[in-house]
Amino acid sequence: MSIRERLSGNEATAFAMKQINPDVVAAFPITPSTEIPQYFSTYVDNGEVDTEFVAVESEHSAMSACIGAEAAGARAMTATSANGLEYMWEMVQIASSMRLPIVMALVNRAISGPLNIHSDHSDAMGVRDSGWIMLFSETNQEAYDNMLMAHRIAEHKNVNLPLMVCQDGFITSHSIENIELLETEEVRKFIGTYKPEHYLLDRKNPIAMGPMDLQSYLFEHKRQQWEAMKNAKQVILDVSKEFEKLTGRKYELFEEYKMEDADYVIVCMNSTAGTVKNVIDKLRKEGIKAGLIKIRVFRPFPGEEIAKALLKAKAIAILDKTPLLSETGGPLYEDITSAMYTQKINIPAINYSYGIGGRDVTEMQIESVYKDLQELKEMEKPYRFLGLRSK
Amino acid sequence: MKDLIEIRWHGRGGQGAKTASLLLADAAFNTGKYIQGFPEYGPERMGAPMTAYNRISTSPIRVHSNVYKPDYVVVVDDTLLSCVDVTAGLKEDGAIIINTTKEIDEIKPLLKGYKGNVYTIDARKISEEALGRYFPNTPMLAAIVKVTEIMNDEDFIKDMEGSFKHKFSKKPEVIDGNMKAIEIALREVKKVQ
Repeated sequence: MSIRERLSGNEATAFAMKQINPDVVAAFPITPSTEIPQYFSTYVDNGEVDTEFVAVESEHSAMSACIGAEAAGARAMTATSANGLEYMWEMVQIASSMRLPIVMALVNRAISGPLNIHSDHSDAMGVRDSGWIMLFSETNQEAYDNMLMAHRIAEHKNVNLPLMVCQDGFITSHSIENIELLETEEVRKFIGTYKPEHYLLDRKNPIAMGPMDLQSYLFEHKRQQWEAMKNAKQVILDVSKEFEKLTGRKYELFEEYKMEDADYVIVCMNSTAGTVKNVIDKLRKEGIKAGLIKIRVFRPFPGEEIAKALLKAKAIAILDKTPLLSETGGPLYEDITSAMYTQKINIPAINYSYGIGGRDVTEMQIESVYKDLQELKEMEKPYRFLGLRSK
Repeated sequence: MKDLIEIRWHGRGGQGAKTASLLLADAAFNTGKYIQGFPEYGPERMGAPMTAYNRISTSPIRVHSNVYKPDYVVVVDDTLLSCVDVTAGLKEDGAIIINTTKEIDEIKPLLKGYKGNVYTIDARKISEEALGRYFPNTPMLAAIVKVTEIMNDEDFIKDMEGSFKHKFSKKPEVIDGNMKAIEIALREVKKVQ
């Protein structure tokens, strides 16, 4: 039975964590994810979960504590944002290289400086090749659902990689919206008990974790991480299928909206996708064949699948919610155009940097992108700004 | 009610406009609607102008942006009328609800030629009478519910009783005052244009 509720993205995430009932949560509060450990610590205090809550003195320690707990054989979780994730950076890489399926809620926010607490994807993009699986969420519902699927994916024996569930700071993290929740019993049955193959507290099978790894082995171990990331794709699809059977809510590597016959396509992630869908419906009434690809799984990146889905488009706009500080476009643009190149697909594709530091993303902005695409003849001015003031 | 109504709140930090927008979302949710309630976070300072938004719809809401063409505007503090463009984008078939003691002739020049409905309510008087302190958000919440006809008075009162019991579980002494503020506000909000 699903429960009709209204929750913010942060409340939904904390509630998912309560239903998951992890062994350890270690977190240091930072806006806008602060509410997640705050709500969760209330569950701990009320005795509604069995979790050991470790209130650490920094994000570096938060991830370190998660690594220690997960290596010992426990299920560990954390939540952070922006500069908190940056402060964690060293341990983020160690978590994935030790193949520890830690799950993190990342509430996406601009990174300083100058100081800005609002949403963009700079934080996530700074760790995009850290060996973590990265799922993005359009709504509070998707943030909740992705979190419920997270452990099943991360802990799968062919994967064993940490996973982060991303959502847009404030835009979904602090907005109250409708949501369908599962019963806790259903959640626990779906997720199951964590039974790691190797762990430190297994006295019968003593192992070393995180030792020196020099010229003769590190390369092979990195290759194994790469294999695990490749394996994750199928596992994500399988777990999502099972989740669909349970909830009726369908999840794939990416969502295609009105793509069957789309001439003009926007590719984006997180909350903007909903706004794009509204604009598509409006344009379709005017006879303009607009479509959307919304990336859910950003790592492992489904490059080949996305490139193939774009095959029939006349023009493509790739929206990066990161400032354009490179000369070759934003991360999403680089990934997609690279995939298109290897698939020998040559369709004009332009890049927009948008929504930086919480700049509101409006339907009018999105409409202007589709207008640009209709006028686009060749690959011209591939790097653009959307919603930037001209003076 | 229309299929989708969009509301913009103008208040000052500390007046509870954010809470009011979330309570409005709660109330509409309880009538079976799809809702959004979100403040526009800025540097949060007591007294600084702030904005919050609501969307209430009969179908799922997908858009994630601020509200630019509201059906209704709620002004929690009338000193904002001279420094914030409160009628920006406001639909002519909608309404603006202002917490003020001023007469329409005095307000009108500040509304930049807005031709739609104007409602006023003296939320200070109501709050001080019912609660003994100035919390304008509860009367303003009642006023917007009354004007938008999201739900009838009786259902709203019943609903708020539940919300307040939850919200003020640690200070039950303010529940009665808030309920009284709602009842008075439902009666006293008046159309002046």
